[in-house]
Amino acid sequence: MSTPQKQASAAHGVPKHQVEAVNDAETRKLYKKREPIYPKLVHGKFRFAKWVLTALALGAYYFIPFLRWDRGPSAPDQAVLIDFEGHRFYFFFIEIWPQEIYYVSGLLIIAALSLFLMTALFGRVWCGYACPQTVWTDLFIAVERLFEGDRNKRIKLDRAKWSFNKAWRKVGKHAVWLVIAGATGGAWILYFHDAFDTLSHFFIGGSPLSAYIFFGILTFTTYALAGTMREQVCTYMCPWPRIQAAMTDRDALNVAYRVDRGEPRGSHKKNESWEGRGDCIDCKACVVACPMGIDIRNGSQLECIQCALCIDACDDIMKKIELPTGLITYDTDINIDRRQEGLKPVYRFLRPRVLVYAVSLVIVGSIMLFSLTNRASLDVNVTRDRNPNFVQLSDGSVRNGYTLKIINRTHGDIEYSVEIDGPDGLEWRILGQDAMRGLNVDVPAERTQDFRLFLTVPRDAITSTNESVIFTVSPANSDETRTAETVFLSGGPR
Amino acid sequence: MSDKHIDEESGIATTGHEWDGIRELDNPMPRWWLWIFYACIAWSVVYWVLMPAWPAPPGMQGHTTGIVGNSERVNVANDLNALDASRSEFFARLESADGYSAIEADPALFRFALAAGDSTFGNFCATCHGAGAQGFAGYPNLNDDVWLWGGSFDDIRTTLLYGIRSDHPDTRFSQMPAYGADELLSREEIRHVRDYVLSLSGETGFESVALEAGGAVFASQCATCHGDTGMGDRTQGAPDLTDAIWLYGGSPEQVENSIWRGPYGVMPAWEGRLNDPTITALATYVYSLGGGEVATETDEAASE
Repeated sequence: MSTPQKQASAAHGVPKHQVEAVNDAETRKLYKKREPIYPKLVHGKFRFAKWVLTALALGAYYFIPFLRWDRGPSAPDQAVLIDFEGHRFYFFFIEIWPQEIYYVSGLLIIAALSLFLMTALFGRVWCGYACPQTVWTDLFIAVERLFEGDRNKRIKLDRAKWSFNKAWRKVGKHAVWLVIAGATGGAWILYFHDAFDTLSHFFIGGSPLSAYIFFGILTFTTYALAGTMREQVCTYMCPWPRIQAAMTDRDALNVAYRVDRGEPRGSHKKNESWEGRGDCIDCKACVVACPMGIDIRNGSQLECIQCALCIDACDDIMKKIELPTGLITYDTDINIDRRQEGLKPVYRFLRPRVLVYAVSLVIVGSIMLFSLTNRASLDVNVTRDRNPNFVQLSDGSVRNGYTLKIINRTHGDIEYSVEIDGPDGLEWRILGQDAMRGLNVDVPAERTQDFRLFLTVPRDAITSTNESVIFTVSPANSDETRTAETVFLSGGPR
Repeated sequence: MSDKHIDEESGIATTGHEWDGIRELDNPMPRWWLWIFYACIAWSVVYWVLMPAWPAPPGMQGHTTGIVGNSERVNVANDLNALDASRSEFFARLESADGYSAIEADPALFRFALAAGDSTFGNFCATCHGAGAQGFAGYPNLNDDVWLWGGSFDDIRTTLLYGIRSDHPDTRFSQMPAYGADELLSREEIRHVRDYVLSLSGETGFESVALEAGGAVFASQCATCHGDTGMGDRTQGAPDLTDAIWLYGGSPEQVENSIWRGPYGVMPAWEGRLNDPTITALATYVYSLGGGEVATETDEAASE
């Protein structure tokens, strides 16, 4: 029997791949041109999980801008909207004003702690499943496979001379990449202006210039990062592989090769005994499956995004050669060592760092939830004139000037009544407002309004240089009140 | 230069320089960096063509102008014109507004007038009256309720337009004699008047002889302008001597000094230096500082 192509065999029915782990720290050189990686499609439970997560992540990304959330006539009804023009950030029931930027800090702290906790427990699951770089790269590789075929066909196509066949496949691939990249940038801008409104204006040139600029930037970065740079982003550009060393420890789960079971590795001939040798037949199915171009059998390494595709690849081979699966599996550093020493594996999920992360997360989350649900719809602020500190009037009485700032965060115009608790004999006046209205002021919906107030105290009522004044502001339609404290200065009794 | 030196550790050539035994590896530039560098060079050529760039011989404005025709001077002028245009509507409304209550009744116009007045005040008035209009000795505090020449909106506007003892033909004018310096009264008479004047605003502890003599001098010399009871006269800018406010200080020495030298405070006229709506804005601002008075019928009659 002669076959036109003689392929090396790793075991009966299992070909041995001719592949180098090109992105391995040992072989990779900083000044060398990037060597392309041709990840081979695998099938298995992790691949399936990744498809599902990719679909969910992309679905959420494209769908969320179209969700609506009724906030009344004075505010936009887009559920998630970063409204730079209106100086607001809307997130479902949450509404953040510029002076409440600490809520954004809180959200970022929650995101960071979640990442820490996730990493302490399961290693780089973020990198492997949820990171936009991973999700879009996965999608772009799928498109590449659609046009150019799986690994071997792609290698052959790249080596082939230019032909019509090669040209249309390449052009098609890049065209679809660009469409996806454009859709990515296009969806991004929907988070900053009303989605439906933007869609109806964007294609006829009616959107603001910034929308087109960010569309261009996001389209370019998506195309470049997911299409042409791929593993280089994670290996060279991203700080997380460097930080993760501090976030994980020897008890964290990692995608790992079971050295104790696999070594010594080598090709297996049919009917040969498995005694005295490892289960790894060195077929390199794990290496060809790897989108990062590394060899997982060299141990846990910076380049590994722990996407677990090598687990699927290896399990497939193990089934073929009728050995138990799990030669490559999620395992901890401690257990890799223990197994080599012949000890039973131990899993400890409740570790001090896990507890610290979890407790911090609960604390920050509770604070955020409490402050957001108890967020005041009214804020009051008073500043006293400092130049001059006080004014003496012709009859000897003393006047102080104040600026009362009322923030109405509700979606309706509100009349507020102001109460002033200060020295005896106090008289008040609001600049630009008829005295007949009394101490009642109007603030339109979602506005901050300043009022100038003059307080006058007769000379003989003055007992000290510095007396307390308390402004109490309450909306006409509710019993919510806010107070602001300040002082009345007079230079003292005379 | 010596032979090429190869670093033993990395096997890469060094630049050949050595500083205290430290050599620099002659690694190539990162390619991404080089590409950006080349792109910048290419862009600079485009930029030379588009924008003003190179010195040029005389007769060409001193430099190449660039085909885009960009000029920062023109841009600044355009921005200033745009700013003026954006304010012109408010200035027009100020010009046609009929008095303070009309401005106050229009919240947007009122805010604009206060902001414009504040900025104008800082530029022209704060030098003498202070940044908070609190005034200094000889320069009135504009926050209080004491007005030498009247505190209605129109009075303030008139003072702003023509000034006080300024070189404007319509200026507000009056003059208090320098009783001591011009030897109209003796030192002793001046001290009597001083005591009498201080007693008008409730100060006590003066000798009755002095008060009596001072009262006589006051009736003959001062009452013409300051009034029989010392309440002052706004038509002449004569201050009320019975209140708690003393423009030149209320201590016996300061009051005596004022009678001796006869104060002659000057405020410049702003008509011609500031345009009409700006003066209206300034008057609105000063009026709103806290001491603005509602025009009474007698004031209106007096101004006619």
